[in-house]
Formats: sequence, structure tokens, C-alpha cells
Amino acid sequence: MQNDAPQHLMGYKTLAAVLAILLMLTGITVGVSYVDLGIMNVPLALGIASTKVTFVLLFFMHLKYEGKAIKVSFLCTIFFLAIMISFTFWDVAFR
Amino acid sequence: MENKSDFTGIRIGMWLFLYTEIILFGGLFVLYAVYLHMYPDDFVSGGKQLDRVIGALNTVILLISSFTVAASITAIRKNSKKLSLGLLAFSFLCGVVFLVNKYFEWGYKFHHDIYPNSETLTNGPPGENIFFGLYYVITGLHGLHVIIGMTLLAVSFIWVAKGKIEHNNFAMLENSGLYWHLVDLIWIFVFPLFYLVL
Amino acid sequence: MPAIHSFFDTPSPAGLTGVKAWLLTHDHKRLGIMYLWAVLFWFTVALTVGFLLRIELMTIGKTIMSAEIYNSAFTLHGVIMIFLFVIPAIPAIFGNFFLPIQLGTNDVFFPRLNLLSWYLYMFGGLLAIISLFTAGGFPDTGWTFYVPFSVGTNNNVPLTVFAAFILGMSSMLTGLNFITTVHRMRHKAMGWMQIPLFTWSLYATAWVQLLATPVISITLLLVIFERAFNIGLFDPDKGGDPLLYQHLFWMYSHPAVYVMILPGMGVISEIIPTFSRKAIFGYKAIVISSLGIAVAGSLVWAHHMYTSGMSDTAVFVFSLLTFLVAIPTAVKVFSWVSTMYKASIEMTPPLLYALVFIYLFSVGGLTGLVLGAAGTDIHVHDTHFVVSHFHFTMFGGTGFAFFAALHFWWPKMFGIMYNFKRAYIAATLATVGFMFHYVPMFILGMQGMPRRYYDYLPQFAQGNALAAAGGLLLFVGIMLMLINLVLSFRKREISSINPWGGVTLEWTVPSPPPLHNFVAEPNVKEYPYDFSEILTAENAGKKGQVTP
Repeated sequence: MQNDAPQHLMGYKTLAAVLAILLMLTGITVGVSYVDLGIMNVPLALGIASTKVTFVLLFFMHLKYEGKAIKVSFLCTIFFLAIMISFTFWDVAFR
Repeated sequence: MENKSDFTGIRIGMWLFLYTEIILFGGLFVLYAVYLHMYPDDFVSGGKQLDRVIGALNTVILLISSFTVAASITAIRKNSKKLSLGLLAFSFLCGVVFLVNKYFEWGYKFHHDIYPNSETLTNGPPGENIFFGLYYVITGLHGLHVIIGMTLLAVSFIWVAKGKIEHNNFAMLENSGLYWHLVDLIWIFVFPLFYLVL
Repeated sequence: MPAIHSFFDTPSPAGLTGVKAWLLTHDHKRLGIMYLWAVLFWFTVALTVGFLLRIELMTIGKTIMSAEIYNSAFTLHGVIMIFLFVIPAIPAIFGNFFLPIQLGTNDVFFPRLNLLSWYLYMFGGLLAIISLFTAGGFPDTGWTFYVPFSVGTNNNVPLTVFAAFILGMSSMLTGLNFITTVHRMRHKAMGWMQIPLFTWSLYATAWVQLLATPVISITLLLVIFERAFNIGLFDPDKGGDPLLYQHLFWMYSHPAVYVMILPGMGVISEIIPTFSRKAIFGYKAIVISSLGIAVAGSLVWAHHMYTSGMSDTAVFVFSLLTFLVAIPTAVKVFSWVSTMYKASIEMTPPLLYALVFIYLFSVGGLTGLVLGAAGTDIHVHDTHFVVSHFHFTMFGGTGFAFFAALHFWWPKMFGIMYNFKRAYIAATLATVGFMFHYVPMFILGMQGMPRRYYDYLPQFAQGNALAAAGGLLLFVGIMLMLINLVLSFRKREISSINPWGGVTLEWTVPSPPPLHNFVAEPNVKEYPYDFSEILTAENAGKKGQVTP
């Protein structure tokens, strides 16, 4: 059995800073939603959401400090999800 | 069993489980993407009928609770049991508030005859029916996950109180935390997709 | 050497005696055996239903059952075979039993979760039985549960669909367990390129199980929701698109065919080198092709939908991608055949089944290209050609790999050897029956006989009669094979530690293995298929006495 390296300990301050960023991004995305940006509405909202999710993953969920197995497999999952959505559009977008 | 001490392994197992949850919701996001492509205008008018403020409030609640759960892990590792318990209880409370908000939101929509197979939706534009159909399925399934997450938090709370979770043995708390963050992650996407498509 | 108790005989801890010692066990070997009996039960049921279907089709018009029963029967056959036999068979039985041993460890990573998977499996099976007799009877939708029919029909779709949901969960948790075990519990001396190929194939399978199964879970849940609340997500009248159901369904179910076949390929990759007494040709190529199949298999789901009315662009793209999947599969077949080239082959029942596998699976794979090419598919889509094709891959492939695994590992699991002569006869009967059963279906399909129809035109009578005769032979052969295995318990011809001259770790432990698998520290070989020691021992005339 491999011995565990003790897991990274997140300080309260780091966590609070992440929370502050997340709340700020939420404010921005709500604020922006009152402005009509035409075709950019959805991409911008999703872009901000992805940024928020990245922060949650990296710090709250410690992904930044995990080993390769979890990092790589997480990316594979996201890749598979992207395939699921995009390949469906081979059909839907060309009907 | 010797692997009880292999925390990395337990975490890998938990992450693998989270992947299945991500893909589970992923199937619904496939539907959302396709229908958004088919009915962009109906989705916009559907989104306008949802209350942005309640949505934003729920987002803030979940984000804060995510922070408190993460902090409770830090607390237990620093041996401050009371702080950890307090943070967990607060996170649980956030879950309750979230569900109460959701309850009123759904109730309000039901009141206005907007629910699956209702007169208004059946006779209205097809895209809006799909929009609200997805809204109920996704937020409903998400609500179920909130309840499961709260259960896990409650169990962790009891374990911390009983001393079964300690500064050097916190896998259960950490996994509950991961689950709770996942619930948060999904909501972070649900919020703009339903409340902010304008 | 002190007496070593096998895991069957190890005294149970207090409070865990008798049947409880099995029902509450965390031992991966006991769970493997428990899966074995449950899976064999379902296999026999579904085999019998399939046989009755063929009897029904033997003559024009009604032969033994009504059209309604026929519809439910082919659904029942499909649902049981897919969800209760083909998907769990090899991973749940042999994976549970041998994956930890091949990795040189004492159990899977989450033993309690493993027990839960077994209960989910049993519960799913129970729900399927209940759905037979309640609220409208078993569905008549086919195992695909296509909307809008599955939402509209009066039969007991929700319960059956829920059973499939539960079974999916069981399969997912097994996959989760295997991945974690491979990552965290491998013997210290075992690097990634020293893992036996069977375990490698299970690892690749586990990823597909884990990432694809949730898609079917949500799809099946949506069917239940649709029936309960009439949301209309797949109902064109309400703005839905029924084709999306098919997309979601195949997004899981196509990768699922690789969940079904990959472990079978792993079994063959163990058997061929063992009886060739030769290192497997292209170990790394097989490993990479397993992972390649897992990835490529996830990109091709819509090739089940060429005639559904999806866009021509999608037909083109998915057809192209489908051809790519053939490459890693061909790499494996090439490696197996090359392993046998110029080898000193020893014929045994497991090898015979493995050879039949290679032949039948190749036919299945090549006819798959006929279906994967959009042009030819339009001609044979939803005909008996398709039925024959997937039975060649799933039955001739996974089924025969399962039989090969049964014969290969039976002496290890139970410590007893079966009768070889009966095993050969059974294999021959089953293979000949198989050919007479399914080859006529290829021809019928090309002539245009649709699948899932209760009745047919007079010009198809000859082919159907032939298929029924072949079906009888096949049924008898398989029954004989199963009886032969069961009879080995009566005769109890004790098997040695290593009856075949295998080199992976399971052949270094007693048969049946003791509770903690290894009596001594496992000796992990530099290269997993190094037969030099076995050959030296055999040349010295001490076959079967090889100990590490």
C-alpha cells in the first residue's frame, strides 16, 4: 500500500478569497444579463459560469492539489461530455 | 481492511462517482443545448418568466455553503471541532433555505398554471413547454441532489460530534464536501441557463 | 506446508455462519461465485425464451404463441440478455474473482460497495420478474424502449425501465470499484505494463461503464417522467424531438456493446498465449487497442440511426467514424492469430471455445462494417441481417468468450476439473448449431425479412425453418455444456494449482484460492506472459507441478 502524502490544507483566507471572487462573478453575470448583447448573451453567461466552476473545482474541491489520476480522468469526463453535446449537433445543426 | 487508511484511493473512488453524476446531468444538458438551438426565442421568453433575483439569491446561498463546508474541513484538520460543527450546521441550514426558496418558486409557477402538461404550456408555444419541462426536470433532479447532499452533511455532523471524524481521519467529511460542491457546480450552470438566457 | 483452507472452507467469524457467510460477505471471490449462479440462471431463462421465439418463427402464422406474447417475449429476451447477462457476465463473475488476484492483492478497493452492487443486481432482476406479472405485463417495446411507443403503450414499461436503471447502477459501481482497485491496490512490483491483459480489458471496460451508464440512467428516468407527468420532451406535438431519445439511448448503448465485448477480448487474450505456450504477440498493441476501443466506441453512437431521419451530415460523419472502430478490433484479432503462429498449441476445451470466438466474432465484426456503411445499411436496416450480426458479436463473441472463461477458470474457482469429452461435444454442437441458426438470418435479412415481426411471407419459410433447426442444436449444445460443468461437482476430479500451465498470478495460488488469495508474497513477473519457467518445467516432465 502506497503511503499517503498528507493532503494540502486550505487556509481560511484562501477559501474566503475564492468565495469573494465567486460572489463577484455572480454579481457580474447577473448585472450583464440586464444588458442585451445579442448573440454574445449565452456565451458570456456560460463563460462566467465556467470560470466560477473552475474556481470551485480547483480550490473548494482541491483539484489543484490532486494527483494525476484524478486530474486526467476529470478532463476525460469533461471531454466525453463535450463529445456528447457536440456530436449530437452533427445531426441537429444540419437537418 | 487496510485500504481504510488509503485516503487517496477513497478520494479517487469519490471522484469517479462524481463523474457519473456529471454525466447524468450531462444527458439533460444535451437536451437543453439542442432545444435552445431549436427554440432560441421561446427560451428567452421562458427565461424572462423566471425570477432572476431568487435565482441569484439561491446561487449566493449555495456558494456560501460551499465555502463553509470547505472551511469545516480545514477546521477539523486544525482540531477545532466546535467551529467545524458550526460550519456544517450552517451549510445544512443553507440547504434548507435553498429548498424553501425553490418550493416558493415552484409553487408560484404552479399557481400561474405553469407545470408539466398544464393548459397554458400545452396550448402555448412549443418551445416554452420544452423550456419549462427541462426547468422542472433539471431543477427537480438538482433539488433531489441537494437533499442527498444535506443528508450527507447531517451524517458528517453526527460523526464529527461523536468523534468518528477527526483531524487525521476525515474521509467521510471530505467526500460529503465533494458531493456538496458538485451540487453547487451543477447549479452554477443551471442558473445562467435558465434564469439569464435573455 | 501447513494446511491451507480455501475460501469456501475458511471458518466464518462469529455471527456470520451458514447462509449469512455468503449473503453478507465482502470477499470478492464469494461475490464472484454468487454472481455466477445468478447470471447463469438469467442466461438459461433468456436462452429458453430466445429458443421459444425461434420455434414461433419456425412456421408461418401462429406456432406456439400469440403476437402480443411474441412482442413481450423478444423484449424479455433482449432485456435479460443485455442487462442481466451480457453486460455483467464477465466483469461481475470473472472480474470480481480474478481482477484482485491478477493484481496480486487480497480484495477490491471497496468490498462493501461490491456487496451492494450484487444486491442491486439481484434487486434489478427481481424488479424485472415483478414487472412480468403486474400492471399490463412485460413491455412490448423491444429492449430499446423507443419513444413514442414506450410512453404510449399500456404495458408495464416504468417498472422494467426502473429495473434497467438499477442494473445500470450496479454495473457503474462495479466499474468504479475496479478502476480504484487497479490504481491503488496493484502489487508494488507491478507497473502498468505488467498488468495481465484480462485486467487491462476490465480497466478499459470500467471506464466505459462509468462514463456511459449515467446517460442511460437519465434517459430511462426521462421515460418514467414522461409517462408520469406528460412533459413532452420527446413528443413532437409538444415541441419535443423523438430523435433525441434515440441519440441519448445510443450514446450509452453503443459504448455498452464495448462494455459487453471488451472483457471477452480480455479472456481470449489470456487463453490464447496460455495454450500456445508463447508470449502474446503485441502486448502493448492489445493494451492500447483496448483503450482505443473504449474511446472510439464512444464516438459512433448514431450509426444505429441512419434511417431515422437525422441529417445527412451526421450519417456521413458517424459512418466514417464507425470504420475507425474496426481498426483496434482488427489489431486484437491479428495479435491472437499471430500468437498462435508457429506455437506448440495444446488443444483444450477453453482453447476450442476461444478459437470459435475468434471466428464468430470476426464474422460479426465484418458484417458490422456492412451495417456501419451508410449505403448498405439502408438496405438491411432493421432486418434479420442486423439480428444475425449482433448475435454473432454478442453471442458468438461475448457468449463464447464467457464459455471459454468458464472452462478456463472453472478448475481455479472450484478446484475441480470437468469432463473434456463432453465439453468438446458440447462446443461442437453449439458451434454447428450457431452457424445453422444465424447464417440463414443473414440471407433472410438481405432478402428483406424485417426483425421483430411476428409473421413473414412464404418466400422466407425455408430460411426460418433452417434457423429453427439450428437453434435446437445450439440450445442442446449449450445445455450439455452447462450440465457437464455442473456434473463436475459430482465426480470431484481434483484439479492442480496450475492445470493449464498459465503464467498470470491466479495460477500461482491454490485452487480454490484461500481467503486472502496469496499464501506467500506474489512473485510479479517482469513481463506477464513469460512462459520460460513453464516450458522448462514441462520439458522436465513435471507438468502441473509448477509452483512459484
